[in-house]
Amino acid sequence: MSKRRVIPGFGLSMGFSITYLSLIILIPLVALFLKAATLGPAEWWFILTSPRMIAAAKLTFGASAAAALVSTVFGLLVTWVLVRYRFPGRRLLDAMVDLPFALPTAVAGITLTAIYAPNGWLGETLAKWGIEAAYSPLGVFIALTFIGFPFVVRTLQPVMEDFGSECEEAAATLGAGRWVIFRRVIFPMFIPALITGFTLAFARAIGEYGSVIFISGNLPMQTEILPLLIVSQLEQFKYEAAAVIAAGMLIVSFVLLFLINLLQRRLSWQNR
Amino acid sequence: MSRSTVTTESAPVRLLLIGTAVAFLSLFLLLPLAAVFVEAFRKGWEVFLASLHEEAALDAIKLTLLAAGISVPLNTLFGVSAAWLVTKFKFRGRSLLVSLIDLPFAVSPVIAGLVWVLLFGAKGWFGHWLAEHDIKIIFALPGIVIATVFVTFPFVARELIPLMETQGSDQEEAAVTLGANGWHIFWRVTLPNIKWGLLYGVLLCNARAMGEFGAVSVVSGHISGETNTLPLHVEVLYNEYQFSAAFACATLLAFLALITLSLKTAVEHFTGHSSQNNH
Repeated sequence: MSKRRVIPGFGLSMGFSITYLSLIILIPLVALFLKAATLGPAEWWFILTSPRMIAAAKLTFGASAAAALVSTVFGLLVTWVLVRYRFPGRRLLDAMVDLPFALPTAVAGITLTAIYAPNGWLGETLAKWGIEAAYSPLGVFIALTFIGFPFVVRTLQPVMEDFGSECEEAAATLGAGRWVIFRRVIFPMFIPALITGFTLAFARAIGEYGSVIFISGNLPMQTEILPLLIVSQLEQFKYEAAAVIAAGMLIVSFVLLFLINLLQRRLSWQNR
Repeated sequence: MSRSTVTTESAPVRLLLIGTAVAFLSLFLLLPLAAVFVEAFRKGWEVFLASLHEEAALDAIKLTLLAAGISVPLNTLFGVSAAWLVTKFKFRGRSLLVSLIDLPFAVSPVIAGLVWVLLFGAKGWFGHWLAEHDIKIIFALPGIVIATVFVTFPFVARELIPLMETQGSDQEEAAVTLGANGWHIFWRVTLPNIKWGLLYGVLLCNARAMGEFGAVSVVSGHISGETNTLPLHVEVLYNEYQFSAAFACATLLAFLALITLSLKTAVEHFTGHSSQNNH
């Protein structure tokens, strides 16, 4: 502590960082909550329990949870294969996992629609089987899975790479089979990373807009997601209602983020 | 890395797992990427080139470059400053500050646009005052820039903080004892150590800035030739059923994504640093 001001620049970097953070992030977010607070509890209740709002919330949270779950299962499989096996094209696929992060969401949206629309690449075949992939809740789920699974892979990958083979070897010496070793020795080590990956994918999915609105069809009560509901309130100049819905979504996201932080802190404390 | 037989699966199981993973990745990554290009060229080269030469497309490209050209340097400056602050000094509220830097990742892009409308929109906190003084923020360039700054806020800081934390401050402290001043230390000692991480953060920040859709869509007003960025132009074309033109413009954004990914892989190769989670 005694040498804490040896390096120069404390005042300057503190002043600039805090000012910039306040102007860009904190003040606008506070303004949003203040705007929402101009309405009383009765109006909050009215907005948050309107049938259209409830339908949008069900779809958003339901599809996000389903997409995050599928992302977690396939994320585990993909990470396992990328880390543990060697096969041609592995490095390319590994690099490509980040595509959903890098591809602008509007491009993802129109592309997924081109694939899954009733006259699309896969949509046509699916339609013959009676499966409506685009313009349905299934479409929302597909878009959110595309957006979400890289989070699981990139959270799990470093953990799996650091995982030594000593425990596995010990278990094998004691006569355990591969499946038992996976279930009892390997898998439990990955649970924290899987939970973090799931939560990150889920949190991102709740707020996702660009990749969903093209494939979802945007029918109120049926395929309308929460971010779109905010946009439609804004277009009718209902600023307060938009702020209330946004405030509700932010509270859910912040609680999720807080829970991951708590989990990570506990785990890093355990590993110490 | 070869594994002993007890710590890997039998060949058929391995093949099955690899097959399933490759099938999933092909369906979810390769197929969409291929679809962008195939749809763009569906009506041939002429239509493709004509769509990119259109006045509205060129305006959209210019606006996208301008908005990213303003917001990326601002967030780079912040990223360096915040990383310096957080990694070189100990102070109360340090971990709170680190959490706050990550905050925009938890905010929906639509909300990132909404906050600015609530402040500067016609019916917002400062809407009346701005109208009186004839200043336009929402439905104009300043709105697009601040919305972009909001969503790309954490990228550079988030790359630099873990990197500078592991590097420690021994070299900087040595430079201080030798009488170097702050700027000298930064340019001569710190910057050479963090240049790859910085480049990587800037790349990610730029990719998101140019591709941002939700936040910009809320503040832009979709005025063709004035406030349409490239992603918004794609949306407009798509909604007008000009699919080939929409996909032609989308290929530019897909290229941006591919270039970002290749540079990222190259930077990782150089530094041997494997990627953190980036949103």
